[in-house]
Amino acid sequence: MEIPYTISTRPDTGLWNAKVGIWLFLASEVMLFGGLFSAYIFLRIDAAPGMWPHGLLNVPVGTMNTAILILSSVTVVLAWASLKMRRYRAYWWYMLATILCGVIFLTVKLAYEWPQKFEHFGAYIKPEALGKYEKYLGNERRTEKGLEPRIEITGHLHSQNAKEYEVALDPVNAEPDNPAMDRPHFFPLPVTDKIATIEKEDVERATMFLPTHSAYFASYFTITGLHGMHVLGGVLVFIYMWLPVSKRLYQRNPEHLANRVEVSGLFWHFVDLIWIFVFPLFYLL
Amino acid sequence: MSLKAFHIVFIIFSTLLALGTGAWCVWVNLVEGAPIYLTGAIASFAAAIALIVYGIWFYRKMKRLRIIT
Repeated sequence: MEIPYTISTRPDTGLWNAKVGIWLFLASEVMLFGGLFSAYIFLRIDAAPGMWPHGLLNVPVGTMNTAILILSSVTVVLAWASLKMRRYRAYWWYMLATILCGVIFLTVKLAYEWPQKFEHFGAYIKPEALGKYEKYLGNERRTEKGLEPRIEITGHLHSQNAKEYEVALDPVNAEPDNPAMDRPHFFPLPVTDKIATIEKEDVERATMFLPTHSAYFASYFTITGLHGMHVLGGVLVFIYMWLPVSKRLYQRNPEHLANRVEVSGLFWHFVDLIWIFVFPLFYLL
Repeated sequence: MSLKAFHIVFIIFSTLLALGTGAWCVWVNLVEGAPIYLTGAIASFAAAIALIVYGIWFYRKMKRLRIIT
């Protein structure tokens, strides 16, 4: 069956079919991500002072990934422009660059950023036991300075038994009285060799840096995970358009392929635009 | 909205992000006194300028090639 209006515009909408379809789809996506961003903002506003994690993400790596996504938007629009000018070879190279950018972004996210979080551990200490772990928390000095008390000990889980956790401490807990540790570190500091023993009966809750850790990480993994799935979807569509099967469409009807690239490019730009909001919200602010 | 128009909107948002990141780096440098953030600020502002130049180049090129829908 021949689908009408793949190239020519419909008389009623003034647009070809796929363009109407992609904008309706993107409108639903705005509502999806808008709801998640709203949830994040309200959770953050509602958090008690000093309780919202800050500086736990790797800003240089996040910046690099942002630059990669911006670059991919440039290459996809140049791929589309190449098709409009009937330069298939240039289109092929620009599309390949776009695919590579998407793959690099996902690789950094899934093979580096997320695993770093999965191997990190945090134990929230019960309020009545905070004094017992003062040497890891430094709350006396913080109270004197008017800062919020620390209630969590973080690091790498060295070992655990029925009664205790052994944690290789993060610098913030290894040197809690160092004034430099009062501020978040956007260039992550490596875990120290200092091991702390934490009794399980003193712990309110303990978890790796997973969505169960806090509302912050629940929001982070939900939004970046959903965004990553969109990036994966875009990459798969681009791979299809890069394969020889699309060259046959180009030879038969180049404008049809250009229109397909345009709607997938619109989707890709939307996905990249989402990241433009994710990056400052989660990494910087 | 065409891909060309959406691309220009995207470049505007990217430029604003680069400017914001640069301002954030300046602020962190003032608070922490760490020169590495000053490097980040310079890189961010340079990226913002590059994006503005690219955006103008892209718009003119599309206009010249009449790829405006």
